[in-house]
Amino acid sequence: MDRNQMQMHRQIANIRKSFFDQGYLDEQFVQLEELQDSSNPNFVEEVVTLFYRDSARFLYNLDQALEKRPLDFSRLDSLMHQFKGSSSSIGAKKVKIECTQFRDYCNARNAEGCKRTFQHVKKEYTTLKKKLEAYFQMARQAGPMETACRPR
Amino acid sequence: MMINDDCKTLHVLAVDDSNIDRKVIQRLLQISSFKVTVVESGSRALQYLGLDHEDDNSNRFHDLKVNLIMTDYSMPGMTGFELLKKIKNSSTLREIPVVIMSSENSLTRIDRCLEEGAEDYLLKPVKLSDVTRLKDSILKSGSGEVNGNIQTNKRKHKSDQSPLPTSIDCHNLTPPSPQQSLEKRARL
Repeated sequence: MDRNQMQMHRQIANIRKSFFDQGYLDEQFVQLEELQDSSNPNFVEEVVTLFYRDSARFLYNLDQALEKRPLDFSRLDSLMHQFKGSSSSIGAKKVKIECTQFRDYCNARNAEGCKRTFQHVKKEYTTLKKKLEAYFQMARQAGPMETACRPR
Repeated sequence: MMINDDCKTLHVLAVDDSNIDRKVIQRLLQISSFKVTVVESGSRALQYLGLDHEDDNSNRFHDLKVNLIMTDYSMPGMTGFELLKKIKNSSTLREIPVVIMSSENSLTRIDRCLEEGAEDYLLKPVKLSDVTRLKDSILKSGSGEVNGNIQTNKRKHKSDQSPLPTSIDCHNLTPPSPQQSLEKRARL
């Protein structure tokens, strides 16, 4: 491995560490990394990709549900429960926190709170998506190494 | 019900309506050397287990013998709890250990599941260590029943540091002696 590659791997490791330090990802992401090996070398990226593909539907439904008058808090909570579950499964920590806040507002039947928090959910969701896409792309460019699945 | 000592042939049926969770649980189980079948709903699970064909019970199991069922609690249509009940009420399937997976850390819910015959209750997201522990339990029991090694730190309600309620003590916290196993079966 040449020096450039080594530098890339170091950079990737630092970026990965920043995700945890800055609270974007939690322990569950490490769990996913532990499920990755030479027989399933892209497992983490596959799960994350599946999440973003799958959850777009929930966000769309939530958007629609938030347009209705009056708001159906029970349905909103149910949709968010599922979305939160998926976020939790990939270790999306900040997204999960906003989801919890949203559900709290649902329980309190606070429409403004729900709408405001939903914007935060979408923002965190999109931010994480961009970060992870860049991260996986870098990992692919750097070439195979234990980067994405090195235990902490 | 016979359990093959070769852990590679233990067969788990996993039930979850979430795409992502199905993918993850499948991988968790695969990496722990289980044979895995994943379905997306309770009704599909019952179909797979042959419970929906009342007249065709005899040789359903030969190649498909399921050693463990892991099901999500919150699912549209049939919940994991309802699936648990159907399995435990079936004379042919009741001995299969059923584990519930849920994101809710609710003591009430946990109690209900255990009372209904669930062997364990796992908080989502499920970890590799949970699956390893389950596998050890099944292999150790050797009778198709998991030893109910419920980790108290998982089951405790976050704000509740008190000991486990006695409703669970009777059949899950100690390894079943032959006498206890008999009593448990008689109860069903």
